[in-house]
This record gives sequence, C-alpha cells and structure tokens, in this order.
Amino acid sequence: MIEFRQVTKRYDSDHTALRQVNFHLDRGELAFLTGHSGAGKSTLLKLLMVMERPTAGEVVVGGQALNRLPRRQVPYIRRHIGVVFQNHQLLFDRTVFDNVAMPLEVMGASPRDVGRRVRAALDKVGLLSKEKMNPLQLSGGEQQRVGIARAVVNKPPLLLADEPTGNLDPKLSADIMNLFAQFSQVGVTVLIASHDLALINEMDRRTLTLDHGNLIAGGTPLQGGFRGR
Amino acid sequence: MAVDPLSKPRKPDIARGAKASRSPWREQAESYFIHHRKVARDSASRMWRTPVASLMTWTVMGVALALPVALLLLLTSLQGVSAGWESGARVTAYMKLDASLEQTRKLAEEIGADGRVDGVELIDRDRALTEFRASSGLDDALDYLDENPLPHTLLITPEESARTADGVASLLMFVESMEGIERVQVDLGWLQRLNAMTDLLARAVWALAILLAAAVVLVIGNTVRLSIESRRDEILVAKLVGGTDGFVRRPFLYTGAWFGLGGGVVAWILLQLSLWWLSGPIERLAGLYSSDFSLSGLSFDGAFALIIVAMLLGWLGAWIAVKRHLDDIEPGEIAGG
Repeated sequence: MIEFRQVTKRYDSDHTALRQVNFHLDRGELAFLTGHSGAGKSTLLKLLMVMERPTAGEVVVGGQALNRLPRRQVPYIRRHIGVVFQNHQLLFDRTVFDNVAMPLEVMGASPRDVGRRVRAALDKVGLLSKEKMNPLQLSGGEQQRVGIARAVVNKPPLLLADEPTGNLDPKLSADIMNLFAQFSQVGVTVLIASHDLALINEMDRRTLTLDHGNLIAGGTPLQGGFRGR
Repeated sequence: MAVDPLSKPRKPDIARGAKASRSPWREQAESYFIHHRKVARDSASRMWRTPVASLMTWTVMGVALALPVALLLLLTSLQGVSAGWESGARVTAYMKLDASLEQTRKLAEEIGADGRVDGVELIDRDRALTEFRASSGLDDALDYLDENPLPHTLLITPEESARTADGVASLLMFVESMEGIERVQVDLGWLQRLNAMTDLLARAVWALAILLAAAVVLVIGNTVRLSIESRRDEILVAKLVGGTDGFVRRPFLYTGAWFGLGGGVVAWILLQLSLWWLSGPIERLAGLYSSDFSLSGLSFDGAFALIIVAMLLGWLGAWIAVKRHLDDIEPGEIAGG
C-alpha cells in the first residue's frame, strides 16, 4: 500500500529531514511511526500526503508513484488518504455533521449518500447523537473522534494519524487506538505517528523508528507481509 | 429544520430503490448542481452576515459603475439633440454665370425630385442683386457694374432623414456633380464641431468607464482577498481532504459575483435617483431653449446589461484574488515541523 524506496528529503543544504528511508506497509497493516521530535515523522507523513516532494528516492501509494504526480492530480490522491491530526483541524463555523461531510462534498457525493455515510462514520466513533452540535461544544476526546470520523468517512484505503492521542488521557487514548485497530481489521492501512511509547508498547504492533532522519527499526515487515495485495 | 433526527420519518425503501436506479453520471451532474446552488446560497448568506461591510462594498461599486453609465446616457441624449438641430442645415447651390433661367428651373425640378430633398427654392440673379443691394449697402458701387455679377441660386432643404452630417454631405456631392452648377455651399462647420465634440466625449467616457471598471475589479479583488484570509482554515481543510482548485475557488467566485450583483443594483438605484433629481431642472432649461431635450433613463435591457456586467467584473476581481492568494495556502503548514 505504501512503499518508500531510498527516500531522502533535504530542506536546505544543512537540514536533511529523511535519509534514504526504505520500508513498505501492506494493505490492512497497522504500524506506528516513532522517534524524537524533529526525527522526520512529520516529513514522512507530508511526503505521503504530497504536501512535500522527496529530494531523492520514490514514494509509492496504492501503486501510484507520487514523485511524478502532476499538481492537478494531487487532490485525487488525497481523497484516498484519511488524515487525523493532533489538533484535529475541525472547523468551528459549522456543525459536527458538516465537518465530517467535507471529504464527501469535495468528491461531489449526492446529498443522500452524504447523509448516509456521515451518519455511519459518526456512529462508528460513537457520536451519532451529536451531529448537530458545534465541535466547540465537544470535549477534546470527542473532537478527536470527529476528526477520525472525517478521516474515514469516504472509506480511504490509507489512514494517517499525526499524534492523534497527544492531548488525551490514557483511557481516551486507548479508545482511539482501538478504533484504529478496527479500521485496520477491515483492510485499511493505518500509520500512526506518535511518541507515546507506553501506548505503542501496549498495542504491540510494528513500529518504525526514526532517528535524525534515519529509519533505525521496523524497516521490514514482521510477518504475513503480502496478504491481500 | 430543528427536528429531532430520531423522529424524522424514514423514506420508504421503494423510493430509495427508484432513486438509486438513475444513471451515475446524471447523479454526478445533479450533485454538482446541488453543490453549486449550496455554495451560491452560502456565499450570499455570508454577505448578509456583515451587512454594513457588504453595503459599503456595493456602494463603492455602485458609484464607480453609475458614473460612466450616467455619462453614456447623457451622451446618448446629446446625440439625439444634435440630430434635431441639424434641421437647420441648408444647401446653397450657385449656378454658372452663363446658365439660363430656363436651365436653372429644370435643374431645380430635377433636384426637387430627389428622395433626399424636401424642397428647392430658386432665387434668380435679378432678385439676388436686389436683395444684395438692400442688405449690403453697396448701392452706389453696384451701379458702376455693367452687368449683374450674381448667378442664379438654388436653396435646397434636405429631407428629414437626410439631415445628418453624412446625409448632407452626400446630398452636397450629388448636387455638385450636376451640369451647370458652379459651386455648392453648406454650413456644415458647426455640425462637424458638435459631432467632433460628442466623439471626443464618447472616447473620454469609454476611457473613464475602463478605468472605473478596473477600479471595481481591484476593489472586489481586495475584498475577496480579505475573505480568503478569514476562511484560511476552511481552505486548508478542503485542500487536505482532496478538494480540487476549482472546488476551493468556487465560493469566492460566487462572492465576487454577488458583490457585482449588489453593486449593479446600487448603480441602477443611483442612476434612477439622479435622473429623477435632474429631470425637473433639465426640462426647464430645455424649455428656455425651446428644445425637446430630455435625459433618457436606463431601459430594462440596459439595467439588465448593467447588472450582468457588474457581476462579471465582480467575478473577474474575485478570480484574480483567488489566483493570487489561494495557491499560497497549502496544507503543508498544518502538520507543523
């Protein structure tokens, strides 16, 4: 699903964010991405989102090489990638429903579909009863779940999360992680950037560790790497 | 709309099935139009939420649009006037000295039969001399002349439809080419001056219109730029979840067009008000010159065209702003370092 081949990202001559990173993730795999701050986690996610382009090497998502992707095609790649942020990036000028509906609206889904799929996504994260509320009225954990609902509402094959539990207490964090695990069980590839080592250890999943831009652990899939490709 | 979602009656499954059987492209097109309508409505309602600011933008646009349109209307009215005043134009044809009175009469009939001619008056050389004697005061000097130095003369009044600068000029050519005519004169000078002035005025008005249209585009561009700034988060999220450039631009283009609509309506109101305010004094002034001059207002078509042009200008301004500023907003900054 995701493949990094000798990927290097250099911002300017003295700052190299990623150095020859090699790994691949299969369909339905859930992996953590960890490392000290500034190790290159965000850069790696940005390369997947085509917010940045690699200086060298190749990034492949769903069989599509992103390096040569023309700018106009970028939105269509992003429609296949759900993203969850630490600060969840919700819009406070509209309801929970409208926030979650955005990816569908962007795709031009019919209102009937939008209603059905938004409610399904909100149901999945347990917030169906709050669809008409403003995200400001929700707690931090609930806001994060709205963010997750938005990321999965159009059933993307790839889900990225950048510190999704950064502001949450351990109980809520575990709930969120369980959600991610459920998505991976239905075939979604999930990559979670986090430095919450306790949580990562508890989940016992594949962990990619970055150190000053080098991938020092987790670069090869552990087992069952090629199922259902 | 504030109905509890649980109490909302569910659509029967049959109805759903019927809808689902529609072809996908039709559904796609339908949702595209629904989206357009939603964006258009949303942009308009955003404008209503800041009524004072919106009204000010509309007024700026309205003034900028009303000025050139008012001048164009004035110009049209003036051209009507100059057409009326041309009725004074008369062509004077002088016969050759050796032309006989008989020959001149025949020529007068021939000219009188032409479609462009309303009437021909013949002044024979004896009468001309008598009139000249009476009006010039050269009585004694004329006595020294052996013979009458004046030719027979034809005074030609053009037909109503030929009383334009062009019409008179063509009539002049026609008469000039006739046998026995020595010289043809017409006092076209003032007509040409008036025409030259209206031409100049027309150009000035168009130049002004273009400048003010550019000002309108810039004003809208700036307003839309501010609106882009204030909706930065929304743009970021839309780009993040795969919104195309077209999708992200759409609300701002509609905003520009709505500003244009408001500006056009304000311009029309300003025009009607000033017309109403000026019409009394103008009628009185025209009465003093015994002219039937009146300021013509904007027709329905004209008002419609004004509003369409205003909307296009608003759209153009928004487009420029969007082109310049929207591409700068890239979701890269969300993810932090």
